[in-house]
Amino acid sequence: MASEADLKMEIAISQMLRAGVSVAAVVVFIGALLYVSQAHGVAPDYRHFHGIPSPPDRIPPLMVVHHLDSRSIIRVGILVLIATPIMRVAYCVYGFAAQKDKIYVVVSSIVLTVLLYSFFHA
Amino acid sequence: MGLIEFTSAVLLMSVLAGLLGALTGLGGGVVIVPALALLFHIDIRYAIGASLVSVIATSSGAAVSFVREGFSNVRIGMFLEVATTVGALFGAYLTARISTHSIGIIFGITLLYSAWSSFRQKENEMPHAENLLAAKLKLSGDYPTDHGRQAYMAQNVPAGFGIMFVAGILSGLLGIGSGAVKVLAMDRAMKLPFKVSTTTSNFMIGVTAAASAGVYLSQGYIAPGLAAPVMLGVLAGSLLGARLLVRTRVPILRVVFAVVIVALGVEMIYSGATGRL
Repeated sequence: MASEADLKMEIAISQMLRAGVSVAAVVVFIGALLYVSQAHGVAPDYRHFHGIPSPPDRIPPLMVVHHLDSRSIIRVGILVLIATPIMRVAYCVYGFAAQKDKIYVVVSSIVLTVLLYSFFHA
Repeated sequence: MGLIEFTSAVLLMSVLAGLLGALTGLGGGVVIVPALALLFHIDIRYAIGASLVSVIATSSGAAVSFVREGFSNVRIGMFLEVATTVGALFGAYLTARISTHSIGIIFGITLLYSAWSSFRQKENEMPHAENLLAAKLKLSGDYPTDHGRQAYMAQNVPAGFGIMFVAGILSGLLGIGSGAVKVLAMDRAMKLPFKVSTTTSNFMIGVTAAASAGVYLSQGYIAPGLAAPVMLGVLAGSLLGARLLVRTRVPILRVVFAVVIVALGVEMIYSGATGRL
């Protein structure tokens, strides 16, 4: 097995993961600061589950961000965070293809399909 | 409770959970849900959503150091992620179907198992045995030991794959990394070296969690105002813990944290059974 190529791939992946998490953390942090400073008062009721988000919450996050809505900014950060491992798997498809490893191009494509299905369809 | 007090308390608890999780190697995620549900009386679905976000953050953030040590195996990880992601998607759908009482009970049992398994760390004898399926799927590798690089090859591939599917379901259902079950699949079933199992497991956790995150978002489990302090807190705590770990070994802390996990597990089962969750 191509151990050297694998290690290079893994290091590239892990650096990508760290970059993604850093960006996500900064965005969530900014959103959280705004959230605490804008919505002064009592904490929202988390004791009871409110079910599926109301329509305003489901507007594509980027559309709401220019209103500086803190919760939407946090949501964007969380989307970046979720996208990070998905990018990792996408990079693996490419990496295995470069190694001409057909089995693992298929394997990582299956994983990528499941992730993309969840991300866009759910 | 005022918003600032509430957010600060959640943040503080999350930093502590991340710190202890990293120092003991048990992961901070497992205590976040019971702490939010039992101490803060937050609906378990919001607790699960916030926990899942923190699990993605810590798994992805920690990957760099694991990879550099040369223990994790990208092919074994990717192959088993087929099982965990499909399982996680299924588990995330289950969360919407079954009662919060049942979730509490399943969570409690998982906590007890995690605590128990953390004290069982024997090194496998080196599996040199050829395995036809593992050879075909290239589920082999070598890793650094004191006597140079040791080769290994996965055994019992279908059993490992099956246990990984269960690990995925638990991750999607409970919003945790389910590292203990992942290690069970690789260490016990597939007879992989312990270090390879734990590091590959950690590498897989983020991908597994990402598979259920989409469902969680659309179901409204991820409340931004709650998820933000939990994610930032656990991430900060675990990064700090990883720094401290280089200098200190903490067997006593490990016992203390395991006791905390057992107590939370019992309380979760009790609360679930008596319908208080």
